[in-house]
Amino acid sequence: MLKNNLKIEMYKNKLSPGIILLKLRTFIMLGALLIFFSFRAPNFLSIGNFLIMSKHVAIYSFLAIGMTFVIITGGIDLSVGSIVGLAAMIAGGLIHEGLVLNLFGITIYYNVIIIIFITLVMGILVGGINGIVITKCKVAPFIATLGMYYVARGFANIRSGGETFSNLVGKSEYGNTGFPILGSASFFGINLSIWLMIIIAAIAIYIAKKTPLGRHIFAVGGNENAAKLSGINVDNTRMFVYMFSGFCSALAGLIIASQLVAAHPATGETYELNAIAAAVLGGTSMSGGRGSIFGTIVGAFVIGVLNDGMSMMGITEFWQKVIKGTVIVIAVIVDQLQANIQKKIALQQQNK
Amino acid sequence: MTNDIILRARGITKVFPGTIALNNVDFNVYHGKVNVLVGENGAGKSTLMKILAGVEQPTKGEILLENRPVHFKSTHDASAYGIGMIFQELNLFPNLNVSENIHIANEITKAKVFIDHKTQDIKTIELLKRLEHEIDPHELISNLRIGQQQIVEIAKALSLENNILIMDEPTSALSNEEVDILFKVIEDLKSHGVSIIYISHRLEELLKIGDYITVLKDGKLIEESKIDLIDIPWIITKMTGSATSAAYDHKTVKLGEELLKVEALTLPRLGGGYTLDNFSFNLKKGEILGLYGLMGAGRTELFECLMGIHKEASGNIWIDGKSIMGYSIRKRIKSGIALIPEDRQREGLVQTLSVAHNLTLSSLESASKYFHIIRKKEYENINRIIKELSVKVAYPDIIISSLSGGNQQKIVIGKALLTAPKVLLMDEPTRGIDVAAKSDVFKIINLLASKGFGIIIITTELKEILAISDRVIVLSKGKKTGEFLRKDATEESLVKASAVGHEIKH
Repeated sequence: MLKNNLKIEMYKNKLSPGIILLKLRTFIMLGALLIFFSFRAPNFLSIGNFLIMSKHVAIYSFLAIGMTFVIITGGIDLSVGSIVGLAAMIAGGLIHEGLVLNLFGITIYYNVIIIIFITLVMGILVGGINGIVITKCKVAPFIATLGMYYVARGFANIRSGGETFSNLVGKSEYGNTGFPILGSASFFGINLSIWLMIIIAAIAIYIAKKTPLGRHIFAVGGNENAAKLSGINVDNTRMFVYMFSGFCSALAGLIIASQLVAAHPATGETYELNAIAAAVLGGTSMSGGRGSIFGTIVGAFVIGVLNDGMSMMGITEFWQKVIKGTVIVIAVIVDQLQANIQKKIALQQQNK
Repeated sequence: MTNDIILRARGITKVFPGTIALNNVDFNVYHGKVNVLVGENGAGKSTLMKILAGVEQPTKGEILLENRPVHFKSTHDASAYGIGMIFQELNLFPNLNVSENIHIANEITKAKVFIDHKTQDIKTIELLKRLEHEIDPHELISNLRIGQQQIVEIAKALSLENNILIMDEPTSALSNEEVDILFKVIEDLKSHGVSIIYISHRLEELLKIGDYITVLKDGKLIEESKIDLIDIPWIITKMTGSATSAAYDHKTVKLGEELLKVEALTLPRLGGGYTLDNFSFNLKKGEILGLYGLMGAGRTELFECLMGIHKEASGNIWIDGKSIMGYSIRKRIKSGIALIPEDRQREGLVQTLSVAHNLTLSSLESASKYFHIIRKKEYENINRIIKELSVKVAYPDIIISSLSGGNQQKIVIGKALLTAPKVLLMDEPTRGIDVAAKSDVFKIINLLASKGFGIIIITTELKEILAISDRVIVLSKGKKTGEFLRKDATEESLVKASAVGHEIKH
């Protein structure tokens, strides 16, 4: 009974209209954009269009979800785009030419399920390398992942000598057909990538809210010293977020390659910036300790809608960049406004 | 009579959204005297001082400096009039060194463009000499202990040569020797006509150093008086509205068998010497052990070694007969030792998390099944602690910064308690909290002792340590220099033991 009373108090206090408005600002922004584009872009408000936009958003959202956890711990992962590319090339390469073992003079062709598994594990391992360099070698996340940004991209290019692996349908005699299904499968009319986005988001939200690991992620980002003295294994927590980010990047790479039915080494270039933008738009603070997976998804949609809407309106790519950058900065300014107001309220509480 | 008052605040009112921090307060600053300002947390002291220092502007009211009305729109304005403030929360830059910090925004320059480091260093050494502290001007602030940082903050204020100097809890991290030195400096300033405004929770100190006293309560002026006309009970009654002081109640508890044993603990210091030198002691169940010593004696480092923070430490530590040397922090907490750190903002709390999340931060595994936190169990723990420790909070999901200093400290204590510890290490648990909260903390300590906990408490307030401890161990320069049972411990004996090795060479 006490809990119910506490719950009512909770909602009563959070229900100040100003605060609600600010907390939902990303939602409101999304709504405003949807309304705006529905007037100014032809055929915007159609289910078909939404599904296409969502497909685009899904890819970014994987990276953004991984990025959110990383930023909450006070770090950054600049290598996500390159891991996307590396993943695409590894999967594409395994389908295209298999695993060539010159020493034994044989070539192994794995089936698609195993290829997907190998690629995801690769993503986790690359993320793990990031994590080790950051936690054990004490390199700043910016530098460590910047290094990986180049290294992973380099290896992606090395894999094929810069060429594209095209027509990744596989050969039935090698047993590696079926790759395009990953990108094209639909359930109830909704693309698999969108379902995966929902599943990964749900898992991330669960981790954030319902597990000790999730709390530890927020604590490490909020005050690493206090987290350490509270018995939290800061290094392990950091390892997880970078490995999870690597996993999400690999997943995105697989889906893109599957959708294009081709793997080219430049896959994923500049994606890291979109991932960061989505997280920031969703309320994740660059100083660490604050963020929400749900907010990030909404943020990813804002960017997706903005991108596609502007394209449908026929706005040139150059102006698109100007507008996108402005939107992101304004969103952060508003975010800080909200944080300041919440601080003032906290002061009120203290003086009661 | 009136030309004795250099600064006069009249009818000062400050309204924040949802609260009236100051309500029609008058405050007189007597020229060349120490003007003490007291009040519980939330009484409005800091707000009033921030208004005088130019950090905040009053909603209503006026300030008269030498009978001329003045308006401070910023700290620069106030500074121009010769008003400066030493904040309770230190405003130092950990990435810069002592000399740079002291001269920040006030740099000594060559041709107004280049910083004259040499002259700055000389001035820094002079200032630190005045405070009788030999800190290397090139030492980074982040390498200094908090007491040393406070000395630097004071030196910074002195370098500005203010006419009116506001000191907000300047002695909270200082040892008794340092406080005496500070008081000498204050007397020196007074003789040069500097007026001091002094805020502190340490009532005996106020009687020693103060000339005039003003009491605030709930944002209102209660009374102003000359110090030699009043005493501590007067202060407490005016501050709280009741006559009870921080109950230094000690309940004798039957001691159990040995709980903690430390043998030959040694922590080498960078650059030679030892922070802890072959230190051995033990702790029994139900015992409250006080740890006394000067700043730099090694008390906090002892706690850090017990928690496993220093991997270079050698020696052995047993809890209930089990050796924990070599364990990680996490494993030591699981073995039953918990720390309430000295600096709750830096080491005790995560400012971005709620009260609830801070409270359960160390004990999530016990409220979880595999990976899943069981909300019901978690909130049972939270509500139980809030009730047991009398934490004043509307509901536990608000952000931790909404709580007053005393209640935040209780959350840090509660976090440790939820780990079901056997040994509790408390590093200055009553620092910077008001009388009522202090009283609560002592009650908690006594309660835990009666339940069989072993408690080691570090505090620089002699009266506190003598009142609460069953036994007191004194450290000096990393060595054990004194051990006294409750009945044998006196202020003189503790102070004498803490000075061993520090004898001033004449």
